[in-house]
Amino acid sequence: MTANWQGNGGLVAATVLGLVLLLALPQIVDPVMMIELTSYVIMAILALSLGLIWGYGGILCFGQSAFFGIGAYAYAIAVINFGDSTIPLLLSIVVPGLFAALLGYFLFYARITDVYFGVITLTVTLILYKVMGATSGSQYVIGAAPLGGYNGIPAVPPLNLPGRPDVALSFDGLFYLSGLTLLAVYVGLRLMLKSRFGQVVVAIRENERRAELLGYDARFYKLATFAIGGAIAGLAGCLFANWGMFISPDVFGLAQSAQVIIWVIVGGTGTLLGPIVGCFAIQWIATKLGAQQLLNANLVLGTILIGFVLLVPKGVVPTVSDALRRLKFRPYVAPLVEQRRVP
Amino acid sequence: MDLLVVLSFEALKAVASLALISVGLAIIFGMMRVINLAHGEFLMLGGYAAIVATKAGVNIWVATLLVSPLVVGLFGVVIERTIIRFLYGRPRDTMLATWGLSLFLVGLATTVFGNTTEGISAPAGSLQIGDYRIAAYSLIIIVIAIAVFAAIWAVFRFTRYGLIARSTMQNADMAAALGVNPSRVYAVTFGVGAGLAGLAGGVMAPITGIVPTIGAAYVAKAFITVIGGGPAILAGTVSASVLFGAIDQIITYLSTPVIGEVALLAAAVVLLRFMPQGITGRFFRRAA
Repeated sequence: MTANWQGNGGLVAATVLGLVLLLALPQIVDPVMMIELTSYVIMAILALSLGLIWGYGGILCFGQSAFFGIGAYAYAIAVINFGDSTIPLLLSIVVPGLFAALLGYFLFYARITDVYFGVITLTVTLILYKVMGATSGSQYVIGAAPLGGYNGIPAVPPLNLPGRPDVALSFDGLFYLSGLTLLAVYVGLRLMLKSRFGQVVVAIRENERRAELLGYDARFYKLATFAIGGAIAGLAGCLFANWGMFISPDVFGLAQSAQVIIWVIVGGTGTLLGPIVGCFAIQWIATKLGAQQLLNANLVLGTILIGFVLLVPKGVVPTVSDALRRLKFRPYVAPLVEQRRVP
Repeated sequence: MDLLVVLSFEALKAVASLALISVGLAIIFGMMRVINLAHGEFLMLGGYAAIVATKAGVNIWVATLLVSPLVVGLFGVVIERTIIRFLYGRPRDTMLATWGLSLFLVGLATTVFGNTTEGISAPAGSLQIGDYRIAAYSLIIIVIAIAVFAAIWAVFRFTRYGLIARSTMQNADMAAALGVNPSRVYAVTFGVGAGLAGLAGGVMAPITGIVPTIGAAYVAKAFITVIGGGPAILAGTVSASVLFGAIDQIITYLSTPVIGEVALLAAAVVLLRFMPQGITGRFFRRAA
């Protein structure tokens, strides 16, 4: 809160930089790379949602991909039935948000420890994977949408102008929409964290008992943070279904859940920039790994995760910004509350 | 009547399998408060160890009951010395590191064995119960599960290692003051837990076959069982296995295996709402 670049000036600068990148990138990057880049941007929204609930809410969620997948499926099923994409888009935010609230109610109000919470959320996404995989066959149909088991739902219709199903979103349009969404989520979360609500959320992360003694119901604040994170992940899922025009149970798989965790831990918990940076870096590495046969991608990602936990537990962004601050102010300044790593 | 016998036999087999695949995780979690997210991959390694040994001409019983637990147990000791021991007292980081280990092992197994299903045929034939036939190997799984639990109970109750291990988990500083080396106890205990996971992987291999990603099929159930069971290792694992195994099997019989797993998870979430410490956090508190 004290450093200037973290104030509103920094927020405006970040917004301007984001807009410039959004407009400039399609001009200088070749079209094939734009397809990759669009998926990176969509995944960065998912990374931000986990960055919020883990880095600021102190909630150890291992199953963020569950909400991502529910959002994607909610959009796909609804848009096939409705034709127009306005309500499906809303559903892709509301349904995972409600699911997160329901799950969170049982878990937060039981006051189970965060280790249990991580395991249960992971289990939820693994079981969703199996459930959606078991829906092959003509009896598993919601309205006009066949669920398709492990084969997934092909030919998901793209987003369109509200009320105009004939005016569909182009691929360039999807990049701009995703980029704007990422920017809006980033700015929105920064403002939220500055608000009274956000301050309480961070206070609970720092010391839950003290916050409760001051009269804040930690269970409710955690539940609200979790639901917001679930809704954002669902929105990312909707964009992802648009990106591939396809959705399959793989979004619920162990690999997908692990990726989100790795993005956030590599980038750094307790920042919003970190998850975005981590997401872009790891996805780029994963793309490069996919293009060669020598090293298995899981092997490399697993090594990265172990290495970061043991050697760089704070993640890249907090480590770099701490180092910069130490260079700038010779006498060591304690790290800001916002950048402290969740224990 | 015959149907009832077969159904209760199947339920018993489900309970035994659940207990067998969970007990290694339960020991590592119960004794060391470490959640090992690579547990499923330890099972996977146990399966591969059994298959490789069998194909190299080792007797199948020796392969599943000796080679699998020994190989994975030794591997567990190595992992404890190289990764886990730096992370004691940091449960979140331990989970993340073991998740990294899990990905690493899946990648390694895919590189070495390829992404295909390997299998060995189940020994023993089938049993006739009235008009029904059941696999004799199911009976063997039940026997092995009972033997494993009896052995664990005896080791922790009657042997010197068991006494030292239990005392170290209760109060490591006091144990160290009395001349025990806690670091070595942790390594051995982690190895024992890993070895039991390897044993379960080896025993299940003839039924399920083994692929590099098979761990994911096991972990969900094993985690729910251990968390639902609560702090007491043996009583917790057994009571949670009985509860969840029965729910799983009944719902599976009435609908499909997938709905059975959903019911299992839903039961666990509701159970934790009312018993956040698990079953043995409320009942059988003094059990081992």
